[in-house]
Amino acid sequence: MLVYVVRRFLYSIPVLLLCSFIIFTFVSVSGDPLSEVKRRPNVSQVTVQQIVERKHLDESIPVQWAYWLKDATTNSFGTDLLGNRPIWPDLKRVMGNTLQLVVAAELLAFTIALAMGVISAKRQYSLFDYGTTTFSFFGFSMPVFWFALILQVIVTNIYLATDVRIFYTANLSSPNPENFLLDRIQHLALPVIALSVLSIATYSRYMRASMLEVVNSDYVRTARAKGVPERKVTVHHAMRNALIPVVTVAALNFGTVLGGAVVTETVFALDGMGLYFIRQLGERDAYPVMAWLMVAAVFVILFNLLADILYGYLDPRIRYE
Amino acid sequence: MSKPPGDPLPDTGPGGAPAEPQLQGSPSVTDDDPNTALYREGLEVKALTQWQLFRRKFFRHKAAMVALFVLVVVFTAALLAETIAPYGYEELDLANATLGPTLEDNHFFGTDKLGRDYFSRVLYGTRTSVRVALVVALLSTVIGTLIGAIAGYFGGWIENVLMRTTDLVLTLPGLAVLIAAAALLGNGSPYRVAVILALLLWTSLARIVRGSFLSLREKEFVEAAKASGASDWRIIFRHILPNALSPIIVNATLVVATAILIEATLSFLGFGITPPTPALGSLIEDGRNSMLTDWWLVTLPGLTIVLIGLCINFLGDGLRDALDPTQQVRG
Repeated sequence: MLVYVVRRFLYSIPVLLLCSFIIFTFVSVSGDPLSEVKRRPNVSQVTVQQIVERKHLDESIPVQWAYWLKDATTNSFGTDLLGNRPIWPDLKRVMGNTLQLVVAAELLAFTIALAMGVISAKRQYSLFDYGTTTFSFFGFSMPVFWFALILQVIVTNIYLATDVRIFYTANLSSPNPENFLLDRIQHLALPVIALSVLSIATYSRYMRASMLEVVNSDYVRTARAKGVPERKVTVHHAMRNALIPVVTVAALNFGTVLGGAVVTETVFALDGMGLYFIRQLGERDAYPVMAWLMVAAVFVILFNLLADILYGYLDPRIRYE
Repeated sequence: MSKPPGDPLPDTGPGGAPAEPQLQGSPSVTDDDPNTALYREGLEVKALTQWQLFRRKFFRHKAAMVALFVLVVVFTAALLAETIAPYGYEELDLANATLGPTLEDNHFFGTDKLGRDYFSRVLYGTRTSVRVALVVALLSTVIGTLIGAIAGYFGGWIENVLMRTTDLVLTLPGLAVLIAAAALLGNGSPYRVAVILALLLWTSLARIVRGSFLSLREKEFVEAAKASGASDWRIIFRHILPNALSPIIVNATLVVATAILIEATLSFLGFGITPPTPALGSLIEDGRNSMLTDWWLVTLPGLTIVLIGLCINFLGDGLRDALDPTQQVRG
């Protein structure tokens, strides 16, 4: 197992390098990185020349990439295009905030989806089953940003009508809150709900399908035959095995959730990775964008690895050589 | 972008209609396989073709039929927006600004701050979304099928190169790369955005197609085709591909929904289709500032997206059930 993990780690290094090269080429080819800066009247010709020298923009793209890679690995991604602001401190701050949002949303989604999937599989074709199916189809069809806006409208209208603040509709915390934790929860609740809907829909479908398969298997029948109470059959025998594919799906879903976080954070003005990404893209500054994409790719690769390890851990039949 | 809407494992979803009694005009048969039983009794069986079987199952799927009907209506209305819309897309009428939805003067969806008829705007926006989504579905299906077919049929280093490329595209954080690509290369044009979406949405289909080609290429009929001297491409397109069509069709249907959602998201963020080209996402972004007072500006374009998405998901569900040969003619 350990050998497998180490080998996977080593394997992901060339993948990341290739990823960074593709991203770098794509960002460089898509336009002159200086075009935006050149248009600003308060940036002098000398400054532009300095930028060209510092970022080695007069070299060929592979050479530029090599310089960028050196900067990224030894100098934690270096600075933005103008060279005024180091990238890493900003990225570190927003990563922490996004992690809170994503972890909370995924935990909520997983718990709810688990219950929904198990119950609708146990009562296949019941009203509850049709209800969850309809709900998940809504989840698949609803744009996250639109649902987030609707949540904002509803909560704001409640606030205007009753003058009671249940949840906040923007930012991550109030200035000088009395109770920090409560304040954070009030701020994060709506983004978490908005972000978790798609995950709930996805996971509950998988949970239902995988539960249906397990419920009809021989060992569940055996468990019933030896007189294990139905509740215990469901939880100990069926659910544990049905969980295996769902856990993997959840780990592999990380990229999608991160994409959802970009949209959610933009709507709720939450100072996380998504908002940072959109802002830097708006300014057409390629360097923070590339750093962001690299960090995101590292996360996705780590979660893919996690999915494989979890799969081996939960299902002892799977052996990694 | 690994979001498979609907069931990951095929099962009869909701909408599975009650069981169909018997094949027409045949005596009641209790055997598992009606054909063998009928042969044993010396009766002639009129075998149903694949297409007939599909139609039987599909037309009985009520949810899918309703969804198909609604989709046809919405898509036709959107594509004929120029003749159907009561007003032009940019037609100003400041005297009638910010009206709520009303039947008067055909302002079904009300008007915006400049008095432009919102129903017409949503209709034109839907037209752009539908066009983009159809192009994306077509392009990504062609790319995914080709890559999956070549990888699955030829195997060896070709497969390795193609599937590692697919894995690499899957490693990229999908939506973020799309946003970056659309922001840097899109220029706000619908067709550019469509091509960018298609270039990143083919991966899951390529994997599915490769899987079915891997198993189908070992079948006897492929061997027979090879023995009679058919070329590789003929075998791929004439012999194997028709047998691998079901998941491709279902996937292409669902990609339409995914594309509409992603395009709306991009346009909402300001990196997709930009004004003056109408798009549902930018309509929502425009309406956002006054969403507390003029609820229809955000709600109605969003509901249009949800309606299209729901219909496509139900349609995909029905297609999946109807195209699955392991399911009996039941619903």
